[in-house]
Amino acid sequence: MKILKPAKAGTLESNDISIMLMPGNNDGIQIELESIVEKQFGDEIRTLIKDSLKELGIKDAIVKAIDKGALDYTIKARIETAVTRAGEM
Amino acid sequence: MLRRSMLFMPGNNPGMLQTAEVFGSDSVILDLEDAVSLGEKDAARILIKEALKTFDYGTTEVVIRINPFSTPYALEDIDVMARLKPNAILLPKATPEDMKKLDEMLAVIEKEEGFEVGSIRIHALVETTYGVETVYETLKMSNRIESVCLGGEDLAADLGVERTKDSEELFYARTKVVNACKASKIDAIDTPFTDTNDEAGLLADTIHAKKLGFTGKLSINPRQINTIHKIYSPTADEISWANRVMYAKDEAEKEGLGVFSLDGKMIDAPVITRAVNTLNTARVIGLIK
Repeated sequence: MKILKPAKAGTLESNDISIMLMPGNNDGIQIELESIVEKQFGDEIRTLIKDSLKELGIKDAIVKAIDKGALDYTIKARIETAVTRAGEM
Repeated sequence: MLRRSMLFMPGNNPGMLQTAEVFGSDSVILDLEDAVSLGEKDAARILIKEALKTFDYGTTEVVIRINPFSTPYALEDIDVMARLKPNAILLPKATPEDMKKLDEMLAVIEKEEGFEVGSIRIHALVETTYGVETVYETLKMSNRIESVCLGGEDLAADLGVERTKDSEELFYARTKVVNACKASKIDAIDTPFTDTNDEAGLLADTIHAKKLGFTGKLSINPRQINTIHKIYSPTADEISWANRVMYAKDEAEKEGLGVFSLDGKMIDAPVITRAVNTLNTARVIGLIK
């Protein structure tokens, strides 16, 4: 499974997360995160993004995420949506 | 189950999906149709999938409104959603033909997933002139149907008339739907009242629909739930009357009387049925033990 083209999912509304997924540079999953709960949950969100991508078979990608307080289920859903839009599942 | 209120929730809104149960409606309808823009249907399906895997909606009935069969989204909606085993699917623009198709598709998926066949229920959203005219036929197409919900906005558009607050334009459809539901022994759920700031209007509309025979109401805003429940829950006077009917019935049976009277009015089988229904409803919502 590969990211073939840039893709977006999610919104900037509260409780949501905006995910921008781009093809990687062969150096694994790179995450750039902006979050309203960075101090409390930044590391957890990064781990969840990475794990969700790995579950979907993605090993190489650039992720730009803007989090507005999304719960885990939303983060997982938006990652899956972005991946399906970025390539073939 | 009791379905006084069925509350629509936009399927692509994480905040609403995670709080869907707290508003106290008897059913929540997670919407893939009108509340989701065309480019976000895929995102909404995935978000609802994750929500259903994550949240326990307790005793609230979880219903998914799919897109109609006339769109390119319906087949995938059914394929993805049915495998999550929601309590029910809400079929928009319901017709006999589409109901048959949905029933057959659900049976195939249930077998594939190892679910009991028939365990995913259906609510029929009747909102076209053809749908109204064929409503009883639609109800014959599946044993899964729990209710007919009337969709007044689309129906008014199909009729080519203005949608008004007193809903005079829906009188025929309302009575036809209620009659079909009563004949089929299923719930009749009225169209939503769309002015969410007009509480008096909602109250009057709900009272009117209840008089026509509806058993519950669709809702588009959590603020409407209390008003709808107030109308579709038995009052203290109604519960007291039902208890007195049942007491009088027991006394009459002891004396070997078939027909008896209460407060000067004859009590027969239909009245007793109404009293039993009132007490059952009161019991379900915890008004009596």
